[in-house]
Order: sequence, then structure tokens, then C-alpha cells
Amino acid sequence: MTAIVSIQHLNKSFPGVRALDDCQFELVAGEVHALMGENGAGKSTLMKVLAGVYQKDSGDILIDGNVVEISSPRAAQALGIGIIHQELNLMNHLSVAQNIFIGREPLGRLGLFVDKRKMDEDTQKICDRLHLNLDPRTPVGDLTVARQQMVEIAKALSFDSRVLIMDEPTAALNNAEIDDLFRIIRQLKSQGVGIVYISHKMDELKRISDRVTVMRDGQYIATVPTATTSMETIISMMVGRTLFDGDGPVIPDTQREVVLEVKGLNRGRTIKDVNFVVRKGEILGFAGLMGAGRTEVARAVFGADPVDSGEIWVHGTKVRITTPVNAVKSGIGYLSEDRKHFGLATGMDVESNIVLATMSRFLSLGFFLKHPAMRQIATSFVKQLGIKTPSVSQKVALLSGGNQQKIVIAKWLVRDCEILFFDEPTRGIDVGAKSEIYKLLNALAAQGRAIVMISSELPEVLRLSHRILVMCEGRVTGELPALGATQEKIMQLATQRESLLTP
Amino acid sequence: MSDSSVLQRLKGAIFSSSTRQKLLAFASLIGLMIFFSLASPSFMQTDNMVGILQATAVNGVLAIACTFVIITSGIDLSVGTLMTFCSVMAGVFLTYWGLPFYVGVAAAIFFGAFSGFISGVLIAKLKIPPFIATLGMMLLLKGLALVISGTKPIYFNDTPEFPSISQDSLIGYFLPDLPIPNAVLILFLVAIVSSLILNKTVLGSYTFALGSNEEAVRLSGVNVDRWKIIIYSLSGAICGVAGLLIASRLNSAQPALGQGYELDAIAAVVIGGTSLSGGAGTILGTIIGAFIMSVLTNGLRIMSVAQEWQTVVTGIIIILAVYADILRKRK
Repeated sequence: MTAIVSIQHLNKSFPGVRALDDCQFELVAGEVHALMGENGAGKSTLMKVLAGVYQKDSGDILIDGNVVEISSPRAAQALGIGIIHQELNLMNHLSVAQNIFIGREPLGRLGLFVDKRKMDEDTQKICDRLHLNLDPRTPVGDLTVARQQMVEIAKALSFDSRVLIMDEPTAALNNAEIDDLFRIIRQLKSQGVGIVYISHKMDELKRISDRVTVMRDGQYIATVPTATTSMETIISMMVGRTLFDGDGPVIPDTQREVVLEVKGLNRGRTIKDVNFVVRKGEILGFAGLMGAGRTEVARAVFGADPVDSGEIWVHGTKVRITTPVNAVKSGIGYLSEDRKHFGLATGMDVESNIVLATMSRFLSLGFFLKHPAMRQIATSFVKQLGIKTPSVSQKVALLSGGNQQKIVIAKWLVRDCEILFFDEPTRGIDVGAKSEIYKLLNALAAQGRAIVMISSELPEVLRLSHRILVMCEGRVTGELPALGATQEKIMQLATQRESLLTP
Repeated sequence: MSDSSVLQRLKGAIFSSSTRQKLLAFASLIGLMIFFSLASPSFMQTDNMVGILQATAVNGVLAIACTFVIITSGIDLSVGTLMTFCSVMAGVFLTYWGLPFYVGVAAAIFFGAFSGFISGVLIAKLKIPPFIATLGMMLLLKGLALVISGTKPIYFNDTPEFPSISQDSLIGYFLPDLPIPNAVLILFLVAIVSSLILNKTVLGSYTFALGSNEEAVRLSGVNVDRWKIIIYSLSGAICGVAGLLIASRLNSAQPALGQGYELDAIAAVVIGGTSLSGGAGTILGTIIGAFIMSVLTNGLRIMSVAQEWQTVVTGIIIILAVYADILRKRK
């Protein structure tokens, strides 16, 4: 079988970084080829070169055996290469059809007016091909994230793509939605489309991919068949070192002091009568499907969103939290699932981000900042958390996801918060950095901090939590001690929808 | 050439840390000056240089006020009419009520800060977009200035100290060959203080942080609303200083003046490399931007270019300046 895509000796540098170093990659028709590596390994860069987003410095890209130059995303589309980026690039106010045909709307009369009917019909055809139940006229903003992802796929396919690159397509999907996505991927496969699949979720790769190519530090490591290679082998190729393994579930200590108690929290339809306690030195896992209301609870407790009713008690004292300012004063910190939008000022440097929540502590005369002291603190946390950055004056936008997450953690550690909400702390982070974050969470709990960890990855919840709280549709549907909890038990509670409870 | 090199050295000494970044704007300023001095021998005369400095003072101070707001990714359209309102209030305190000189000065700055405070509350608390909130304030203040003054200029004939704010020359007193008016000293004083605030204080740090990612700052437990209101109040107070400068130069508060000044100020900020999307900017850049605008106006006038064409050229320069900045960032 000849390869549709063959990349040879590819090099690409950015100022100060050798992003790709003599890379190779091969994709044949009808295969799902997983691309793996830690963040910063060069996976996304390699695919962006293939999709025309970046220009290569040297090396060859062959399509059907012919050397091609891919000078722009448009050139890539013309060659049948479609890419679905990690962040969805859709216009929420436009319809599904408008989104798919943006920039090449079919023109009707006089070549001036958009032929809406044809556009809707063509969209319907693509949806039919994918067995997608989507109305072409629905505004994209009204769709769930999973369906928006399908729109992206439909858009990529509308270019008659023979190569489809998916960068972390399941990051925001729940299990049922992932099943749907995989069904579509298998269909495309059977139609001869070659799919490049970038993901950090090992179990998914086992389920969907045929071959795995591993990259590390911008270099090609190996390509192996998925079926006959163990995950341990792949992971060790990715990290080039042995991984930290968790201590296993910890028995909850009910004797410990309750640090945070939430009573009768309500907010519209998203939070319904939520009660829970967190103890000193404990990691409380929040499990549930996307949209179960876990993030909403964290944001409400933190004062980021208003609540209808509910009480929050910290150390046995009732506190009034209406803004994040109050929450931080009560010793509560919140690490958002969406670092770029809610966690970091990415245009600013590492130092400023680390001291963002504590600037008032670095003042002389109540107004002037003590830069040397700020620098010292930032530097010490960079060292302590192993943040990989050339200096503390590096712009945060230029760092990898794992390092950005560590900066957000550092921010709250400087603030010395006793109660920390971690919302999807390892989303979009590679395996190596993940285990470092796990170690950090364990260490924080051991120091006596109370930790609430929201995670959609069940193995993560099971491995780290001392107790697990499961939510579904805004309600707490159950609490499990970590010892003896299983993925099945959690899923059962996570899908315990209200209609089943009240006949 | 002596006065301009003194100026450069002064700037270099004050703003050395951020100078490199603004090299492009600075080179354009020097380029423009060389061009005009070759085109007309009268351009480099001390009198003309002093004239340029004097003309930059008001726009420069207003542009500094705008710089703070623009770095937060906001915009302030009310700076021009706020300046006028402040000069009218100085007139009310000094001429109508006959209060002492310093009370008038304090009043102008107070009313500036107060108006800025109102803008800040509208934007931070009522969540009105800055463009709309300050558009409203612009018209409101313009109207108030006309109402309070009875649409007539208020002259400062009873306060002989008043014109000295802008027109006397402290430097000229010590160095008779260098009659740089006080207005210019005040401009540089405002610039130095603002630069210190922006780079060395918590207020400055939050100004950049708000422009970079407001939601992240809020979720860090920072009282975003309060800092925003403080920033707009500070900007307003600086407009009050501009109000004093212009009233002192004209020896009167002219209530019909002011509209249009905000656009010159924003242009200076943008030419100086401050991004309208927020998160980045420097006071030095703004000052250079303000000088580019007044050198251009002055030079074209000396070359007897018609007023209409001066406006056309200014428009082109703004577009070129921003494009050059985009090119620089792309590299």
C-alpha cells in the first residue's frame, strides 16, 4: 500500500526552539494513525506544517508519492488535508451550513446572492454521509460541544479531505459522545480516509488506532502497531523514563477537622441542593459527566457566579461569599478548567502571573511593588514545581500546557490557600506532566490542605481521591469511599438521571 | 540642535528600560525632524522648537491619560471635553468665587478625578461598554461645561498667577537661552509619575493584567471593579492637569473647545505602539507619539502645506504607524 502522506527529514525551528528535528511520519489510506508524545514533543507543530499553518524549514512532504509544497491552509485543503484544531474554530451566531461553507458560499442569482437552499442541501448531504442528525439551519452556538465538534468534522470533510487531522478531539466529550465520534471515525476509515489522531488518553488509542507514532522533544522515536504494543512500552517511549505510580486509594480519615462545608447550594437549573464537606488533608474527587454541574458548584462556592441559596462554612464559621475577593479572603482558591480564559494572563510574564493573587503582599509604602521580592518568590516556585521556562520574565503564552498549569498552581500556593478547587487539573497535559501534577496534589494534601478535584477522567479520580462525590444534572447522586470504588459504580451514579428517581 | 539633544538625553535617562522597544517610533520622530529641518531652515529655530514643545504639552498629557485606559483594553472618548470641563471648573472657583489660586488648581484636578470615577463606575459596576459610557460622558461634560459657563469664556484676570502655570519658563529663568515653558515641564513630570505608576506600582501591574485577561484577574480574587474605577479616576485627574494647562495657555476657560482632542490623544497613544486590544503599552511611546503629531503639524505648516492637507497627512501617518507596529510584532 502506498502512503497518502509521507513526511521525511522535516525540520522546523521557532526563535530559540528547535520544534522539529529530522522528523518523519507516514499515513496510509483507511488507517487511524495516533500521534503521541508529551506536550512540547512537536506533535501539533508537525501537523500544523502538514496543514499549511506553519512553513517547514527543510525536508520533504510527499502526497501520493509526489513532493508538494504546502504554503497555506488553503493549499492544504486543495490537497485534501483537513485539520480539526484542539480549540474549535466556529462562529457561534452562524448556522451549521454557514459555518461549513464560510468563504466558499454557493452563489445564486447574478453571482451576488448566497444560495442558501443549496448550501443547506449540501450540508444535509454531508451530515447524511456521517449519519449525523443535525439541522443545517441551527445556530452553532445552540449545539453541545460534542455536536460542534461534529460540525468541524463535517466542515473538514466538505473539502473532500482524504487526510483528516484531529487534535485532542475528545477533550470536551463524555463517554457516549466519544462513542459517537469513534463510530464516525470508523465510517471515514472504511471510506478510505486517513486519520491522524492526537490524544493523551491511552485507552482511546487502544480502541481506535491502528498504528502509533511516538515523538519526543521534536524527534521521531518510533512507529508501532497498536494491537501488539503495550501501553507501558508506548509511555516509556514517550517520556524516556519510568513514571511515578500513585500510592493507590487512601482510606478517608473521618476524624479530621472539617475545613469546608457547603449546605443547600442552589443555582437555577445547574445546581440543585448540593451538600458536601471537605476535611483537612483530604482530596475530595468530583466525578460526573460533562455538564453535571461540577464546575458550576466550584465557581459558585468561589463566588465567581451568583447563587440562589446556600450556606458556606469555613472552619465552622459561616462565611458570605459573593465575589472571588471574599473567597480568597476565606482561603479558597479555584483553578479553572480553562486556563487560557480564566486562569492566566497569557500576555504577561511568569512572574506577574505567579504573584497575581498576592500582589498586595509585595508592596512598599502601600503602593510600590517590590520587584526583587516578587522575582525571588516566582523563581523559588518555578524551581519547586519544576516549571520549564527560560526565565521568570518569559511570556506565559510561550510555555506548554503543563507548565502553564503549574504556574496557575503556583499562583494559589503563593496565596497559601487552605482550600483548593482543581477543575480538570490535567486537561490537555501530557503524561509526564500529569504524574507531576498528581504528585503535587498528593503533597498538598499531605501538608494539610483541603482539596476538591474535579475530573472527567475516572482513572484519575480513582487514583487520587480519598473520597468521591458523584454528580448528575446538578445534583449529588452519591458519595463513595475511594477504597472499593470502581469506574462502573461511578458511572452508575453519574448517569442516575432525575426521571429515574421520581416515577 | 542643542535643545532636541537635551530632550533626547532627558528621555533616555528617564525611560531607559523601555527605550529599545520604542526605537521605531523614536526613529520616525528623528527622521521627521531631519526632513523638516532640511526642508525649511526655520524649523530648527529655538522659537519654533519651543512652539512644538508647547503645542505637545496638552495633547501629551491627555494621551497619557488615555494610555492607562487603553492598556486595560478600554477606551476613553471623554478626555477632550473633560479637559474643558475641568478648566471651566477652575474658572468657576477662581473667577466666579474668587477663591485662592491653589484651590482652583485642586478643583480642576478633583473634578477630573471625579468624572473619571463616574466613568469607572459606569463601566465597572453597571457593565456599560467603555466606548458607550465615555461617549455619554463626553457629551454630558461638553453640555455641562457650556451650561456652567453660560457658553461664554471665563477669563482668569483676577488670578495673575494662573497663566504662569503654562507660559512662564522655570528653565528659562536659570538658562536664558532655553525658554522652555512650564507646560513642557509639567508634561514631563506627569510622564515620569505615570511611568512610575505603570511600571513600579500595584496599580500599574493590574492595569496590564486587566488588559491581558480580566476574567483571570477576577478569578484570582482581585477586586477588578475597584481597580478599574481607580484607573479611570487617575486618568480623569490627569485630564484635569490638561485642563489647567490649556486654560493657563489661553488665560481663559473656553467652553466650546475640547471635542476632537480625544481623537488626537488616542492617535498619539496608538502611534506610540500601545495596543488597542490592551495588555501592552508605554508612557514613553505615548510621548513620542504626541511629539510625532505636533512635529508633523508644525513642519507641514512651516512648509506652507494647506491645513486640509495637513489633516490628510496626519491620517496617513496614523495608519502607517500602526501598520509598522504590526510588522514589528510579526517578526
